[in-house]
Amino acid sequence: MKTTTPAVLGTPPTPVPPATPLSLARWAVLDGWTIARRDLMHWVREPTRILGTLIFPIVFVVLFGYVFGSAMSVPGEGAYREFLMPGMFAQTMMFGIGTTMTAVIADTAAGVTDRFRSMPMAPSAVLTGRSLADIVNSVIDVAILVACGYVVGWRPHGGVAATLAAVGLLLLLRFACVWIGIYLGLVIPSVEASGAVWGLLFPFTMIANTFVAPSQMPNWLGVLAEWNPLSSTVAATRELFGNPGLEEGSWIAGHPVLMAVVWPSVLVVLFFLLSMRRYRRLSR
Amino acid sequence: MKDAGEDAVVADGLRKRYGGTRALDGFDLRVPEGTVCGLLGPNGAGKTTAVRILSTLLRPDGGRAEVAGLDVARQTRQVRYRIGLLGQHAAVDEILTGRQNLEMFGRLFHLDGRSARRRADELLRQFGLADAAGKPPKQYSGGMRRRLDLAASLILAPQVLFLDEPTTGLDPRNRGEVWESIRTLAAAGTTVLLTTQHLDEADRLADQIAVMDHGRVIAEGTPDRLKSKVGGDRIDLVVRDAAALPAAAELIARVCGAEAETEPELRRISAPVRDRMSVLTEVVRALSDAEITAEDIALRRPTLDEVFLRLTGHRTDEEAAA
Repeated sequence: MKTTTPAVLGTPPTPVPPATPLSLARWAVLDGWTIARRDLMHWVREPTRILGTLIFPIVFVVLFGYVFGSAMSVPGEGAYREFLMPGMFAQTMMFGIGTTMTAVIADTAAGVTDRFRSMPMAPSAVLTGRSLADIVNSVIDVAILVACGYVVGWRPHGGVAATLAAVGLLLLLRFACVWIGIYLGLVIPSVEASGAVWGLLFPFTMIANTFVAPSQMPNWLGVLAEWNPLSSTVAATRELFGNPGLEEGSWIAGHPVLMAVVWPSVLVVLFFLLSMRRYRRLSR
Repeated sequence: MKDAGEDAVVADGLRKRYGGTRALDGFDLRVPEGTVCGLLGPNGAGKTTAVRILSTLLRPDGGRAEVAGLDVARQTRQVRYRIGLLGQHAAVDEILTGRQNLEMFGRLFHLDGRSARRRADELLRQFGLADAAGKPPKQYSGGMRRRLDLAASLILAPQVLFLDEPTTGLDPRNRGEVWESIRTLAAAGTTVLLTTQHLDEADRLADQIAVMDHGRVIAEGTPDRLKSKVGGDRIDLVVRDAAALPAAAELIARVCGAEAETEPELRRISAPVRDRMSVLTEVVRALSDAEITAEDIALRRPTLDEVFLRLTGHRTDEEAAA
């Protein structure tokens, strides 16, 4: 093997390639962190991006809370905006599918994914790093949305533990959406096509118990809305925040906290495996 | 390790199929260490597929490949420590600064933080990007982005550098900049494999050109050998009067000592030339002697199409046999 280095290249360092399983694992974690840090630095360098992704939910709060809200009645007593806010939080988590998906597609289109794949880094790190970064971003999203909620008069009425548990469930839903987004980002060939896919996905962020009770929908749509994973998280966070909820009808509506754990957990495992398989198959 | 220091890139009968299409169909190539090889071919000839297999991004369906003496399929990770890859677009992060980009890639090459920072600074100086180090690439010119892209590929000073159409979309000045960098690297001993659709580019950079068609190499050699094979430069003559075409064609054939091709609908005659200047004067003199009026006379390099026609004989079977 050639050992001399052309002078023009300066003095390149010689890394020590990991040889043992332990050092491989250590580098997998470090590589994942390097990738995550890259995404987090995006937000530091361009903080307006956070606002960009949150404009939509904030507009929704104003639109539904004030414009349509006056015409909507909540089962039992309680203000509509109290009922609405947990739905807005969870829906924003769902919108995260689009954010993650777009970022993955953009990296592929720019050739950055190929560059990563041609480097000796841990292959898993590209995806785990992305998921780590997106979940950290989501903590900021939730904090800003909660602040918005306070502005429009929403309050959590549960204890500290219940409130934190509700936030945890929101982030769990977001984590599922991260992996759905990663998978879709790897499958969808172009940014243009992602618009069409998002158009198909969008209704599923709406067919839920976010704005109105599923019982007020046509029967088939109501069932779909109740079984939407989003509905379980919305109902569970309403319960934990102590905000007004809906009458419990079916079994699924009666076990919101359980299902708000089960649904996203199943989706995380499923889409994590699908994404990893898909990533490995990029070399086919 | 067999033949260490001989061939930096070896491909033996590589095959790759996408659905019904054979992207690579028995691709053979040898690139001696420290040389530049230009992989020339039209869109869809399999150039990119070949580079993607050699740079570990794709697995071949058959055949084997060695890069820097290591098996691409079995010693993938070790290969990745020894190669650099430049794709068709500058694959850098648009939002991070130039320095942050190089530091990130350095970390991903498993350098510790301090070495990654030191190396980033060194490369930024080397590629004339020190002043732009704190700016994101989206504020760079096309040539600067390409240089940052190149710097990122050179963090570990790879033995083999793969360039997939490195000057696509660049203006002539930026193209010149990239060519200059590639020449410098090659002169310093880096083995370079580049793909291009332009004979001109391969001619300027490569020690050895491999022409690809339908997933395999159909001709190989130094630019000079290849050019003499396809007839080197060409002369184009457009006559004013279509009736003069046969006489003019005969005249051109005589002066150039080669068969002239006639395109009656364009009133154009085209033939390969050996000595550019003497042919031009002789043609002009012979035309005036024969009292044929020319509308246009031009000397030019053969186009990729013509190289292909010559090498594959797609147009006439006689040419293929010749």
